[in-house]
Amino acid sequence: MKRVRTLAGALASVPITLFGLVLITFVIGRVVPIDPVVAIVGDHAPPEVIARVRAELGLDRPLPVQFLIYVKNLLHGDLGRSVMTSHRVTTDIAQYFPATIELATAAIILALLVGIPAGVLAASRQGSRLDHIVRVLSIGGQSVPVFVLGMIFLLIFYVKLGIAPGTGQQNVLYEGMVPHITGMHVIDAALTGQWDAFWDGLAHLALPALVLAYFSLGYITRMTRAYMIDALKGEYIITARAKGLSGARILWRHAFGNISVGLITVIALAYANLLSGAVLTETVFSWPGLGLYLTVSLLNADMNAVLGATLVVGLVYIGLNLIADLAYRLFDPRVR
Amino acid sequence: MSDLSTPLSGNAAGLRAWLLSETPDSRRQAAWGRSYRGWLNFRRNPLGMAGLIIVLALLVLSLAAPLLTWQSPDVQHLAQRLAPPSAAHWLGTDELGRDLYTRLLFGGRITLGMVVAVVVLVAPLGLVVGAVSGYLGGMTDRIMMRVTDIFLSIPQLILALAFVAALKPGISSAVIAIALTSWPPIARLARADALTVRANDYIAAVKLAGASPARIIFRHILPLCLPSVIVRITLDMSGIILTAAGLGFLGMGAQPPMPEWGTMIASTRGYILEQWWVPTIPGLAILIASLAFNLLGDGLRDVLDPKQS
Repeated sequence: MKRVRTLAGALASVPITLFGLVLITFVIGRVVPIDPVVAIVGDHAPPEVIARVRAELGLDRPLPVQFLIYVKNLLHGDLGRSVMTSHRVTTDIAQYFPATIELATAAIILALLVGIPAGVLAASRQGSRLDHIVRVLSIGGQSVPVFVLGMIFLLIFYVKLGIAPGTGQQNVLYEGMVPHITGMHVIDAALTGQWDAFWDGLAHLALPALVLAYFSLGYITRMTRAYMIDALKGEYIITARAKGLSGARILWRHAFGNISVGLITVIALAYANLLSGAVLTETVFSWPGLGLYLTVSLLNADMNAVLGATLVVGLVYIGLNLIADLAYRLFDPRVR
Repeated sequence: MSDLSTPLSGNAAGLRAWLLSETPDSRRQAAWGRSYRGWLNFRRNPLGMAGLIIVLALLVLSLAAPLLTWQSPDVQHLAQRLAPPSAAHWLGTDELGRDLYTRLLFGGRITLGMVVAVVVLVAPLGLVVGAVSGYLGGMTDRIMMRVTDIFLSIPQLILALAFVAALKPGISSAVIAIALTSWPPIARLARADALTVRANDYIAAVKLAGASPARIIFRHILPLCLPSVIVRITLDMSGIILTAAGLGFLGMGAQPPMPEWGTMIASTRGYILEQWWVPTIPGLAILIASLAFNLLGDGLRDVLDPKQS
């Protein structure tokens, strides 16, 4: 029963946050200096056309009514049309978002593979040289501008060494050959058995994923280290030592086992933060994801697309935060 | 400052003894002594000290920019465009033949100026919202924390991009956008501190003495929220630098021909194949600045907020 109540507590705040998110995008959309009607019909349209389109869009109504129309459209899954691509914004997002998920997922996997062992080892040898190296490297990860790192990686691995493919998601050779099933290029290539395209996609994924991985590596390492230091102070660790268990077993089974719940929270938050880093990384690597869509729309003053993308990123962000919160409340016996 | 720790003269030794006295005679002495002990502690952290020195150096370099160069950041010498580093142009020239070293110095002013502007806007707001919310509790607290939740529901860079798109690309829009997205975490932190502080006996004592809520919040709660907020803001400064540079890079922050570091990278990234140093040098400047604030914040955390490190 108590568990249900904690769950309800976590979920109760979601509608308010969602409402706030929708309100923010609505307000931003109304204060833009660009007239959305002129953006659609063009500068030279006759006044009666402008008036008609304005009425069709509901823009002649009072603001609260406009907000209700906006919310109603959102609930019907309608984010308006993009002026730039002339598609529905939802269609565009469905097209571009999977590439971002692909990139962010590859990055988080890399970051976890390096960050968790690094954090655990640093904590087990607190104050040692290894600990200091890990600390400096993780601070570096939080300080480096991802777009600069991306450029330097391209310069070294693509231009100078020639061991990495250039920008984009695939070689032009494979353009249009891999169908859009999940939207994640590498997975689609594997699903359709096109192994050449698969390896090519994986090679294209490597550099941007590495750049993004370093971005979240600092946070993951640091949190793992902090949790582990805390866990290693527990009395059950002393008990385990007294029983004569091996150091590695104590470290990984007893201490690490106890911090895994906290790590779920960390991973969800790190993944959410990758979405920010993805905007810049995608721009550098011409990766056809939501971040690139967002920036190109921004430069073209395509507000429906900008707000739609912002809203979707916000939704994912709220969702991941909720998962972090729920994992913590559900699986941590101390909270339960 | 270093002569404070080595009693070279009787005077310095006397000052040191006064500062480290176990039985301070006045409040002032106790406060100074505490800061001095904090400084001695901080000085033992080489990374934190490195951060502090770089931050100070950046400040001096940007403030003294006109004295440190004989060139203008805006004057173009098209004949000498994309020149490699030389005696005349220490770091070479950019795509319009402007001196990169000079532009870097003046760019530091823009970056640090934006950081200062954001902090001035954000720190008092976050601190007051957090302290009031934490002390008063109840409905006020619930409403204020929901508002911070809403602002925390979109990643900083994305929300800043949307705001800038709605306002108009430029430095002031970028500052407002970054500020709007930076205060909620500070408010949350201050609130958490205020919640623990308000349960203390001495707060009950001042309340009994008839202090008004405003007095309690501003005199007795706020000062105790400061240490963790200072640490957080120092670490945030690194994030502010990165977001500002990212906005500039995407063409949504400072606009050319301003020598903002991110903008400089955006306008020269096409030259990375041939003249790789042109976009790389401002990139290193961003890295150094953001690294310095991170190191400083990390060192400060060990001194001011040991429970978090």
